[in-house]
Amino acid sequence: MKITVADVEHVARLARLELNLGEKELFAGQMDAILGYVEKLNGVNTEGIVPTSHAVPMENAFREDITKSSIGLEKALANAPDRSGSFFAVPKVIE
Amino acid sequence: MNIFNMTIHELHNALKGKQISSVEATAAMLERIESVEPQVGSFITVTPEKALVAAESADQRIARGECHLMTGIPMAIKDIFLTEGILTTCGSRILNNFIPPYSAASWEKLRDRGAVLLGKLNQDEFAMGSSNESSAYGTTRNPWDLSRIPGGSSGGSAAAVAASQAIATLGTDTGGSIRQPASHCGCVGLKPTYGRVSRYGVIAYASSLDQVGPLTRDVADCAVMLEAIAGHDPKDSTSVDTPVPNYSATLKNGVKGLKIGLPKEYFIDGLDPDVQVAMDAAIETYRRLGAEFVEISLPHTDYAVATYYLIATAEASSNLARYDGVRFGHRAEADGLLDMYTKSRSEGFGAEVKRRIMLGTYALSSGYYDAYYVKAQKVRTLIMNDFIRAFADVDVMLTPVAPTPAFKIGEKINDPLQMYLSDIFTIPVNLAGTCAMSLPAGFSTTGLPIGLQLIGKPFGEEALLQAGYAFEQATEWHIRKATI
Amino acid sequence: MKYQPVIGLEVHVQLLTDTKIFCGCSTKFGAEPNSQTCPVCLGLPGALPVLNKKVVEFAIKAGLSTNCSITPRSIFARKNYFYPDLPKGYQISQFEDPICQWGWLDIKVEGEEPKRIGITRIHMEEDAGKLVHGELSGPGDGSGVDLNRACTPLLEVVSEPDLRSSDEAVVYLKQLHQIVTWLGICDGNMEEGSFRCDANVSVMPVGSDKLGTRAEIKNVNSFKFVKQAIEYEIERQIDLIEDGGTVVQETRLFDPNSGKTRSMRSKEEAHDYRYFPDPDLVPLVISNEWIERSRQELPELPEQRQQRFMADMGLPLCDAEVLIASRSLADYFEAGVTAGGNAKAVGNWVMGEITRALNDSGTSIETCPVSPEQLAELLKLIDNGTISGKIAKTVFDEMWRSGKAPHLIVEEQGLLQVSDSGAIEGIIDEIMAANAGQVEEYRGGKEKVFGFFVGQVMKASKGKANPTVVNELLLNKLKG
Repeated sequence: MKITVADVEHVARLARLELNLGEKELFAGQMDAILGYVEKLNGVNTEGIVPTSHAVPMENAFREDITKSSIGLEKALANAPDRSGSFFAVPKVIE
Repeated sequence: MNIFNMTIHELHNALKGKQISSVEATAAMLERIESVEPQVGSFITVTPEKALVAAESADQRIARGECHLMTGIPMAIKDIFLTEGILTTCGSRILNNFIPPYSAASWEKLRDRGAVLLGKLNQDEFAMGSSNESSAYGTTRNPWDLSRIPGGSSGGSAAAVAASQAIATLGTDTGGSIRQPASHCGCVGLKPTYGRVSRYGVIAYASSLDQVGPLTRDVADCAVMLEAIAGHDPKDSTSVDTPVPNYSATLKNGVKGLKIGLPKEYFIDGLDPDVQVAMDAAIETYRRLGAEFVEISLPHTDYAVATYYLIATAEASSNLARYDGVRFGHRAEADGLLDMYTKSRSEGFGAEVKRRIMLGTYALSSGYYDAYYVKAQKVRTLIMNDFIRAFADVDVMLTPVAPTPAFKIGEKINDPLQMYLSDIFTIPVNLAGTCAMSLPAGFSTTGLPIGLQLIGKPFGEEALLQAGYAFEQATEWHIRKATI
Repeated sequence: MKYQPVIGLEVHVQLLTDTKIFCGCSTKFGAEPNSQTCPVCLGLPGALPVLNKKVVEFAIKAGLSTNCSITPRSIFARKNYFYPDLPKGYQISQFEDPICQWGWLDIKVEGEEPKRIGITRIHMEEDAGKLVHGELSGPGDGSGVDLNRACTPLLEVVSEPDLRSSDEAVVYLKQLHQIVTWLGICDGNMEEGSFRCDANVSVMPVGSDKLGTRAEIKNVNSFKFVKQAIEYEIERQIDLIEDGGTVVQETRLFDPNSGKTRSMRSKEEAHDYRYFPDPDLVPLVISNEWIERSRQELPELPEQRQQRFMADMGLPLCDAEVLIASRSLADYFEAGVTAGGNAKAVGNWVMGEITRALNDSGTSIETCPVSPEQLAELLKLIDNGTISGKIAKTVFDEMWRSGKAPHLIVEEQGLLQVSDSGAIEGIIDEIMAANAGQVEEYRGGKEKVFGFFVGQVMKASKGKANPTVVNELLLNKLKG
C-alpha cells in the first residue's frame, strides 16, 4: 500500500482541508507509515467477531418529549463570525 | 506549609477550621501561578477576577457551615472543558475566540460544590498528542525538567499540579491523556470507566474513548474529586446510571489478599531500565502489604495502538467537522463558501490535528471502511475480551504507564508513529472502556518521575483507589516536589 | 422502442413532536430565526444528542401501519458532509439497521389491478436548518443560516423501485400521506415541507430486466408536482436515450414554474458520506412487548375502516372512500351514525351539506360548529316527519350559525311540517280556485300541470306541508 499525493488530495478535499505541496508530501509519507503499521491488524483473525462501538454495554437512553427553554437568539449568535439580523451569515450558497 | 502545596484535604481542614479563607488561598495560588507560569506554561487562560469572586462566595458558604470537601478549593481545568463566559480554546487556534454559552457538566458539579476556578489549562490541540507540543498556545514544560515534555494531552493539568499552580485539576483521557502526563509529572491521575463521568460539555476528540478524570497530589484527593464528578447525566446518552460509591469511605481497606495481575505483554524488553526498577520495587511493596501476584496475558496488546489510531481518528474526523467557521470559531477571509470552509479549517487546525483528520477520513472513506474502521472495531472486541478473561482471575492489574520517563521537547515531534507507540500501555484501557490510574512510583536516575498504572474492572474505581492508597501509605514518592 | 419507467420514492415525514429529535428545543414553525436553538442543535463543541422517545414511538407506529418489521436492535449513524445548514458537519441518521424494514402498501390506480409496493425501510433522522438567500437585512449578497429547523425529527420512508408510472407514484404517495396524518404523527403540510418527496426515476426498454441509470428529483412539494416532475423526467430520459445520449446519475431539481427538472450544479466530487455508527448514541432496543403495546394503541387504519363502513354500515365503495379522506372526517361520520343517524343519510349529509359549509367558511371538520350528534338529531326530525327535507336545509344553516339544537330551531321558527289533511286541503282549495284554467288543463289530460300545483302548495305553506300528504290530497281533488 502506498499513499500518494493524489490520495492525500482526495482525502483533504473530503475533509475540507487545504494543504500546500510540502504538507501533501509530508502527509503522504506519514500516512503511508501509519497505515503501513496498522496493516498488522490483517494478521488478526476476526471471523465471526462482532464489532464494538461502545466498550460498556448500553442501550435505550431517552428523553421525554418535553420542551426546554432555548438559549436565546443572542447567545446562539454570540460567537458567530458574521451575522445578518437573526441569521448566521455565510458566503452565498449556490444550489 | 505553603498553601499552594496543600492537598484538597489539608486545605479543606484549614478552611473549615477558619485558619485560612478561600480568598487567601486563591490569592496565594494566583501569586504562585504568576511566578512559575513563565517557566512552565500550564495555562492558556488565567481568570484571577472570577476566581476571587468565586472564592468570596465560597467563604460565605463556609461561614454558613456549608463546607463540602471541594468548597473553596482553588483548582484548574483543562481547556477542553466548556466554561460559560470564559474563553475555551481546546488548545486550538480555530477556537481562539470561542466564549461558550454553557459549561461542562463535570465542571458544573465541582463549581456547584464551591470549587474555585483559577483558569484553563494547556493541552495538546483537541487532546491529540502525548507531549503538549501540539498546543497552539505554546508547549507546557515539565516542572521536573523544563527541557522535557509534561506528557499529554492533559499536560497542563499534570504540570499545574506538579508546579503547585492548582490544588487539583481535571483532565480528559482518550488514550492515556490523564495517566501519561500524571506519570511524567509525578501526580495521581485517574481515568474512570467509560460512562462513569458525563462527557457533556467536554470537547469531543474520540467519543467512544474520551473520559473525564482528576489529577491530584494524592489518592485521597483523587477519591474526593471522583465522588464529585461521577454519576449519571441525562444529557449524555453514554453516561451510565450506576450508583456512585463513597470512594473515600473505603479507601483504607488495604490490599491484603488482593489479586494483582501482571500482564506479560506489558513487561517487554524495550522497557526503560529505570521504569523496570520502579515496577519491580512496586511489586515488592505490594507483596509486603499482602497482595498476591498472578501472571496474566492480554494477547491482543500488540494490536492496540493500530486499533486505537483507526477508531480515534475516524471519530475525530467526524467530531471536528463542526469547526467550519459558520457559527463560532475562526473564519478565514475567503472567496466563496467552499473556500471559507477549507481556509478556515486549514488556518485553524495545527499539523497533528490535520494529520488525524486525514487518517480518520481515509479510514471511513468509501472502499476502506470495512478494511480499516470495521476491522479495528472487531479487534477492539478482542482486546475487550482479553480484559474480561484476565479479570476473571485478578482484581486489578499492575503495569507501567509509559515505556520511558518524559522525553525531550522536540524529540519525537517529527515521527508521529513513534509518538503514538509511546502510548502502548495506556491505550488498551480506553479501548476496553475500563478504569485505570497512574500513581507516583519512583524516579529515574536523572530525577524524572515514573508512574505505575493500576487497571481496574469496569466500574471498579473503588478497588483501584484502595490499592493506590495502600501503596501511597507505604511509599513516599508522592511527597517529593518538583523544585521550581 | 417502448420504454418502461421505474420509480422509487423517498419521502421525508416531519414528525409532530413538541421537541426536536435530540434536544428539548421547540419544533414550532415560524419562530424568529435561530431563536429555537441550544448547544445541541447549534452543533456547539461538547454538546451531545439524547433521543426523544416519542420519535421512536411514532416510527414504530408508522412501521406497523405500513406492514414493516420492527428491527429489535437498531442504531444511529453519522452521515458526514459539509453544508452551512448542517451544524455538526454530519447528520445523525440511520444507515445499517434502520428501525423499520421490509414493509409494503397495496395501492390501486383507478381502472387498474391493485398492486403491492414494497417499502424498503423507514428510518429516523434529524432535519437540517434552513438557508435563505437575498432577503437578508445586512449588506452583501451572502446567504443566511437559520437553525430553528435543525434537529427536527424526520422519518424517511424509502420505497422499492416498484412504481411504474406517475399515477402509481401519486396514489402511493397519497396513501402514505393519509396514513401518517391519520396516525397523527405528521401534519401532512406539503407546502411547509412537513411531507416532502424525492423521486428516483429511470427508464429501461420494455422487456428488459436491467435498470437504467436513475436521476433523483429533489423536494417536490405537492402531489400535482410529483406527477409533473416524474412525467417530465421520464420524457427527458427517453428523449435523451433516443437521441443517442446517456442518462447520468445526478440530483435534479423540479421547477414548478416551467414544469421541468434541471440538473443541480454538480458538486466538485461525488459524495462520500462516510457513514459510521454514532458513538454518542446507544443502540435502540425495541422489545416485543413494546411493539405489541404500540400495536394496541394504533387507531383503526383507513383501509380497515373503509372495509368496515362498507360491510357493517352498507355504504357503497364511493361513499366509504370519501368518508375516510381523513381520520377526523371518518370519526365525525361514525359519531353521527352512533348517535342514531342512518348511515347512508349521515354519509350524504357529511359529503354534501357539511363539506360545502366547511369549504364556504374555510373551516375544518375538527372545528365544525355542528356536532355529529346534532346532525343525527336533524336527520331524525326528517325521518319521523317532523320537518321536510327542504326545511332541514334551512334548519341546518341556522344550526351552523347559532350552534343551537335542531329541535329548538324548529320550535322557535315554527318550521314543523304540516301533515294535517284539513289544513292542507284548505290551501289546495284556495289554489285550485285561483287557478281554474290550470285545473281545466289537468282534467283535459295535461298531467304535467300537477307539478305546478305541488309547487304552489309548498310555496303557500312555506315549505312546511308534508309532500306525501300534499301529493295524495292534490291527486284526489284534481281528479274531482
